[in-house]
Amino acid sequence: MYAALWRVLPGPVWFRVLLVIVLVAGILFSLVTWVFPWVDSLVNNQEVTVQV
Amino acid sequence: MIGVLGELLITAGVLVFLFLGWQLWFNDLVVGGQQQSEALELREQWGPEVEAPVEVDPASFGDPVVSAVPADREQFANLYVPRFGADYVRPVAEGVGTRAVLNTIGVGHYPGTQMPGEVGNFAVAAHRTTHGAPFNRIAELRIGDPIIVETADGWYTYRFRTLDYVPPSGVEVLNAVPAVADGQPADRVITLTSCNPQFSDAERIIAYGVFDSWRPRSAGPPAEVSAALGNG
Repeated sequence: MYAALWRVLPGPVWFRVLLVIVLVAGILFSLVTWVFPWVDSLVNNQEVTVQV
Repeated sequence: MIGVLGELLITAGVLVFLFLGWQLWFNDLVVGGQQQSEALELREQWGPEVEAPVEVDPASFGDPVVSAVPADREQFANLYVPRFGADYVRPVAEGVGTRAVLNTIGVGHYPGTQMPGEVGNFAVAAHRTTHGAPFNRIAELRIGDPIIVETADGWYTYRFRTLDYVPPSGVEVLNAVPAVADGQPADRVITLTSCNPQFSDAERIIAYGVFDSWRPRSAGPPAEVSAALGNG
């Protein structure tokens, strides 16, 4: 799968490496900004209060 | 060759680890920093900094002024615990709703418990892990550690006395005399609650402190918070 993606990328090797870095940075950014907070709101429900 | 399925599984594994790193470390740094700057912004609304703190016997200030009960979710105090970090300060809001207060603002005051400096029990809750983890280091408190509350009226210094561990239903820790039913309070205490063990919420960890001294806002902050105020 990743090998196929690598072949799809255009340009010489240095350009593809640059492209991969930009893509990975974009994915990480969207994970931290949108995906992880959303997952957190689903799974994290740790209670810290005492209640009846 | 790993195959497409194998690559997807590896990707899923990496994502899980990334999420854990985000939840337990990176997001704590981000949210903790936000809570700290919110606390410092909040105190700016309470008036200009007193340049030269008054160095007199705290007993001369008399009985502490008790602030009015704030509205739900209103940020009315800041909490300083030097044991949690020299620059540690977190805002305190009324209410202990998980999403409304604890996940965002930081520390929540149990409605119905007393206010800072009031005879009885000033009880607050906060996360031990995730969402800024204001009480992450609660188990590191040692006897006599200052736990300082700042409001628009002044500074209330409590001294840590003891830890306790109770089931999630242990509401008696919120009593005016903690753990005593229908007690007639004579002391001023502070109660911090969080989850225990760390990363679990099977139990609650409770930290008690007793009132030590009070100083009005005009007398300036106590020396213990100077690092948190950025002039240490």
